Amino acid sequence: MAKELSGADILIEALCDLGVEVVFGYPGGAVLPIYDAIFNQKRIRHILVRHEQAATHAAEGYARATGKPGVVLVTSGPGATNAITGITDALMDSIPMVVITGQVATHLIGSDAFQEADTVGLTRHCTKHNYLVKSPQRLGDIVHEAFHIATTGRPGPVVIDIPKDVQVATAPYKKPGKIEHSSYKPALKGDIKLIEAAVDMLAAAERPILYTGGGVINSGTAAAQILRELARITGAPVTSTLMGLGAFPASSDQWLGMLGMHGTYEANWAMNQADLILCLGARFDDRVTGRLDAFAPHSKKIHVDIDRSSVNKTVRVDLPIIGDVGRVMEDMVKVWKARQYQKQDLTGWWAQIDGWREKKSLSYPESKDEIMPQEAIRVLYEATKAKNPIISTEVGQHQMWAAQHFHFDAPNKWLTSGGLGTMGYGLPAAIGAQLGNPNALVIDIAGDASIQMNIQELGTATQYRLPVKIFILNNEYMGMVRQWQELTYASRYSESYSDSLPDFVKLAEAYGWKGIRIEGPDDLEAGIKAMLDHDGPVIVDCQVAKLSNCFPMIPSGAAHTDMILGDEQVSGELDDEAKALV
Amino acid sequence: MHIKEGQHERHTLSVTVSNEPGVLARIAGMFTARGYNIESLTVADISATDAISRITIVTSGTPAVIEQVVSQLDRMVPVHGVTDLTVLGDHVERELALVKVAGTGERRIEALRLAEVFRANVVDTTIASFVFEVTGASSKIDRFVELMSEIGLVEVARTGIVAMARGKEAV
Repeated sequence: MAKELSGADILIEALCDLGVEVVFGYPGGAVLPIYDAIFNQKRIRHILVRHEQAATHAAEGYARATGKPGVVLVTSGPGATNAITGITDALMDSIPMVVITGQVATHLIGSDAFQEADTVGLTRHCTKHNYLVKSPQRLGDIVHEAFHIATTGRPGPVVIDIPKDVQVATAPYKKPGKIEHSSYKPALKGDIKLIEAAVDMLAAAERPILYTGGGVINSGTAAAQILRELARITGAPVTSTLMGLGAFPASSDQWLGMLGMHGTYEANWAMNQADLILCLGARFDDRVTGRLDAFAPHSKKIHVDIDRSSVNKTVRVDLPIIGDVGRVMEDMVKVWKARQYQKQDLTGWWAQIDGWREKKSLSYPESKDEIMPQEAIRVLYEATKAKNPIISTEVGQHQMWAAQHFHFDAPNKWLTSGGLGTMGYGLPAAIGAQLGNPNALVIDIAGDASIQMNIQELGTATQYRLPVKIFILNNEYMGMVRQWQELTYASRYSESYSDSLPDFVKLAEAYGWKGIRIEGPDDLEAGIKAMLDHDGPVIVDCQVAKLSNCFPMIPSGAAHTDMILGDEQVSGELDDEAKALV
Repeated sequence: MHIKEGQHERHTLSVTVSNEPGVLARIAGMFTARGYNIESLTVADISATDAISRITIVTSGTPAVIEQVVSQLDRMVPVHGVTDLTVLGDHVERELALVKVAGTGERRIEALRLAEVFRANVVDTTIASFVFEVTGASSKIDRFVELMSEIGLVEVARTGIVAMARGKEAV
């Protein structure tokens, strides 16, 4: 008979068998047995964060930058509730993550015991799946199944809630074989008949466009390669959602830039005028489509997605293909070559696109007196691109400027909170990414408001000697809120001024970081160089123009063709229907 | 501003699920989280080993919403299969109700007479009351309850709909 192990040791053994190297966590009463098991081993590295929300974002950053699942360990009650924002973030952005939560002992469940919360109840709708483990006999299999569910199909977060007595009680543990789940069987291969139909449509299209999303990145680096091949043989232009940036190289001539609310003029107009949209691992999010009844009215639509519920959710498509986007693209390329299709003559289409490109929608006003935030991103990009950096962001104007002006040629280099839009994501995500890529240059492009939402994690980076850089575009506003107030509420800036900001340089120094302040255009390049020359963590407080707005922009409730390119087109008020939209 | 509404349809879905803790909360919660309607929901174990339950859900919404409901159910980890019986076409739907009626004299006789017409069984009786068990399509039960309310209806308990496709195949 196999040796009996405590539940806590079973957990450690199972995590090791699953290849887990790093766990992000925070101890507490209901996980003390697990922390004791961690103390007694050397195979798994535990990273002590300063707040449980940061553990989840660090795990997301680790997952996004390495392609491996992120693992979180927190205590019951407040430990679990603090983790919920990051769990929801991972659900919205399809990030593989396993969150282990302690729970009060089984006989205390339901008695309002100290630090008790109904974790499986609270996380039921923000996880892909969750478990309450009631006996140590089940624990090993559940941990393996949880990783299987988190990492396959459409990836997502899975919570395993383990009562304290289950961590202490003993049972034998045996590594299970291949997981054959009775009901969960995600489809990988797309239906070949549908793929052939899609290729026929693609070959016949006169104005095709590839609209790619985070699914291409989730599918793995091979998917990004096959996307290049698909783009090459079809000659079609490529645009991407925020989550998909890096899957297709921004240096390619076929790249149109990001689409959607803050996407480029050419990407949105090409979507509007296309006769065929091939959607690859994206989900027609409201930030992408703008007004639905005016979205891409002239096109046939093919939608490749691993999640059937993404199909026809907001936009009706003509041909849905359910399967892993990398596998489906591979089959598409095979079919295209087998049928000896030639690239269509897309000269007319590209001439139209070049016309839209001439609008230079990402241009911004120049200034000699103050740093334009877009210029700061551009200079940062120029100074770091040779190092192939990993960029994380917080949420707001700086995030959109980074998406527009920092360019990515490879997947897994861009970490951002897309679906949930979680301020405070960037610093812990950068920490997670740095742990997964110790030699990489990792920069959190931040705003002055967002960075304060998980600022306590400066201590985590200090403790583990992680040389992450934070580049704050400091405009003393919650810039995106201020921008919407300017556009929608006649510049009534209700509560969007960042009053009483800390001295970020002193704050950096208080945590053992280097702090650099960049005050004007003349300091910009030198400041960035000083940041890069320092081999430890650095905060750069880059003071930028305070009232810059992020353009281009499709206003709330408007169509792709109603893009605003600059301040001169801003009216200042919107009707109630537009105000009610998100 | 106005909130847009489409043409609503009523669909009966048959969902098989792993019989694990929380599965009903997961499914019912998905309906509320996404703003879908539940008109009726029944659930019971249908396997010899307590492993599988069948949930019969009557929902309503626009065709696009119904398609989403099916997809959202289908992607849930403990869900084995979802069948839209309304789309499938020919199927039987049944509901059971217990109906308590009080009264004496002519009212009592009339209640019994109507029960016979509806093939309702008497499952409890006192000098002044009956409890009828009536089975059938929901519309039949509606009608029975409506008639009894004129005679002396006291209370009603209904199971909600269970349904199955016609023919020899399992769905």
